[in-house]
Amino acid sequence: MIRLENVSKTFPGGTEPAVDQVSMEVPAGEICVLLGPSGCGKTTTMKMVNRLIEPSSGDIFIDGRNTKDVDPVELRRSLGYVIQQIGLFPNKTIEDNICVVPDILGWDRARSRKRAAELLEMVALDPAVFLKRYPKELSGGQQQRIGVLRAIAADPPVLLMDEPFGAIDPINREIIQDEFLKIQRTVKKTIMFVSHDIDEAVKMADRIAIFRAGKLVQYDTPDNLLAHPVDSFVSDFVGGDRTLKRLQLLKVAEAMLGDPPRVRTEDSLATAAKLMDEHGHKAIVMVGPRGRVRGFVDLNTAREEKGAVGEHNAALATTIRATENLRTAVSTMFRHDVTWLACVDEDGVYIGYVTLRGITRLLARAYSDG
Amino acid sequence: MEIVNYMLANWQLIAVRAGEHISIVSVAIGLAILTGVPIGIAITQSRRAADSVLYVASMVITIPSIALFGIMIPVLSLIGQGIGYVPAVIAVLLYAQLPIIRNTYSAITNVDPALREAARGMGLTTLQRLREVELPIAVPVIMAGVRVAVVMNIGVTAIAAYIGAGGLGTFISRGISQTDPRQLITGAIAVSVLAVVADFTLQGLQRLMTSPGLRT
Repeated sequence: MIRLENVSKTFPGGTEPAVDQVSMEVPAGEICVLLGPSGCGKTTTMKMVNRLIEPSSGDIFIDGRNTKDVDPVELRRSLGYVIQQIGLFPNKTIEDNICVVPDILGWDRARSRKRAAELLEMVALDPAVFLKRYPKELSGGQQQRIGVLRAIAADPPVLLMDEPFGAIDPINREIIQDEFLKIQRTVKKTIMFVSHDIDEAVKMADRIAIFRAGKLVQYDTPDNLLAHPVDSFVSDFVGGDRTLKRLQLLKVAEAMLGDPPRVRTEDSLATAAKLMDEHGHKAIVMVGPRGRVRGFVDLNTAREEKGAVGEHNAALATTIRATENLRTAVSTMFRHDVTWLACVDEDGVYIGYVTLRGITRLLARAYSDG
Repeated sequence: MEIVNYMLANWQLIAVRAGEHISIVSVAIGLAILTGVPIGIAITQSRRAADSVLYVASMVITIPSIALFGIMIPVLSLIGQGIGYVPAVIAVLLYAQLPIIRNTYSAITNVDPALREAARGMGLTTLQRLREVELPIAVPVIMAGVRVAVVMNIGVTAIAAYIGAGGLGTFISRGISQTDPRQLITGAIAVSVLAVVADFTLQGLQRLMTSPGLRT
């Protein structure tokens, strides 16, 4: 969708190229994060896509069309653009800010205003309240949401974002990132996103491009990048805790052991003990009539006591959804001082379990493979 | 009491003179806005041009008005307009350039670069950027320059009475030549009142022209 071929940029008066022979491709519908220390050329690379900076050499194609053959103003109108400083026009209402590009494209006013209201609803801002407000009346987080809406108002297939959430406090940043990912799942834009924050990149990106001194050093999926950095620069940049960062990329389901043994309330303790022996487990989960997790019995209890499981079970400290990421799972284990968690689906039905040992194995597997 | 009686007895004449005064100032300031604002915008493109233009405009403002009228008499006599309305308008037009050009220039250059970048990145042309963003944001500052120009030039126009341009200055010049304090004070009060009223009116206009999103 966005393809760069041997793109270089040397600024007038500069000896070293700011961007040096970069080739990469961002597939349609994916978020590509350009990542690197300041001055590495990531922002310059992005700004060459909408020709705010003209490349010294090389070609950039959007949807197969060479950007050189398109009028820069036309080109920019067809690409959404979000900047860190937000840059909402203070003299315009929120509605008019969102409609800037539709207006210059000559959209019918009723249509663009309707679109603005729909977009506001998408980020849970009440159109009745916000349409006629001015930017100064909004909080920083709200303003940045409008900045994103303004960029997608004319429904461009491609979005360029220059550290869009950089100026927002950490708590709101998390919220806006999540919200943005949710929007992205429905709008499926092709996004080039500049960041200097590895955590943000890991969270947002389908692919990460790491830049150093104008060169693209690694272009990979977040998980590959964390598991197999190509050189010491990349591994230093992604951080010594890169394995921990991978935890948030992996889902509980990936480390989960499915179709686990289980007992019902009316089963006897002897049955429970037998099942545990068979599987080599030290505990077994007890489920209710519809398969929902009710509690558990440990091996000692099952061996020493007599009667039904329902009379001797203990409550589980917690359970985890299979759709959560492993970082949450590990954090939950640490918090409750347990080494395994029962996994449930959205209805609370017991579908498997995940152990600390299983998680470490899963993480280590990536390293032995490579 | 004597002065009040004079004013009451001559209110029609005062109104006529005030009309002349307002006509000179408003025509000249109108022309000054039409020239000064584009010049102020144009010089944002080049630092050197800005420096020279602002330098010349500052020099113009240091010429005493009475001297400026003197210089214009022989020049404008060539087209038969050595004295009267035309030189008065030209003088005001020249004096008004500095506040209007300077305020336009600094208002446009002070527009947050992030807004310019956002506008450019979204595909606004230079003219669209000017019309949609830069000028609306600059309006309050440009209007402040216009106010300064108007108030200052209501005073300059008073002196234009000496070259036969009419206006409220006539009361002052006659008051001096006839040693008539009634006319003198009437002229002085009328000029001051006009300046204050004009400033308030323009302040209201400035507020109306400023987007609610920019009001503090």
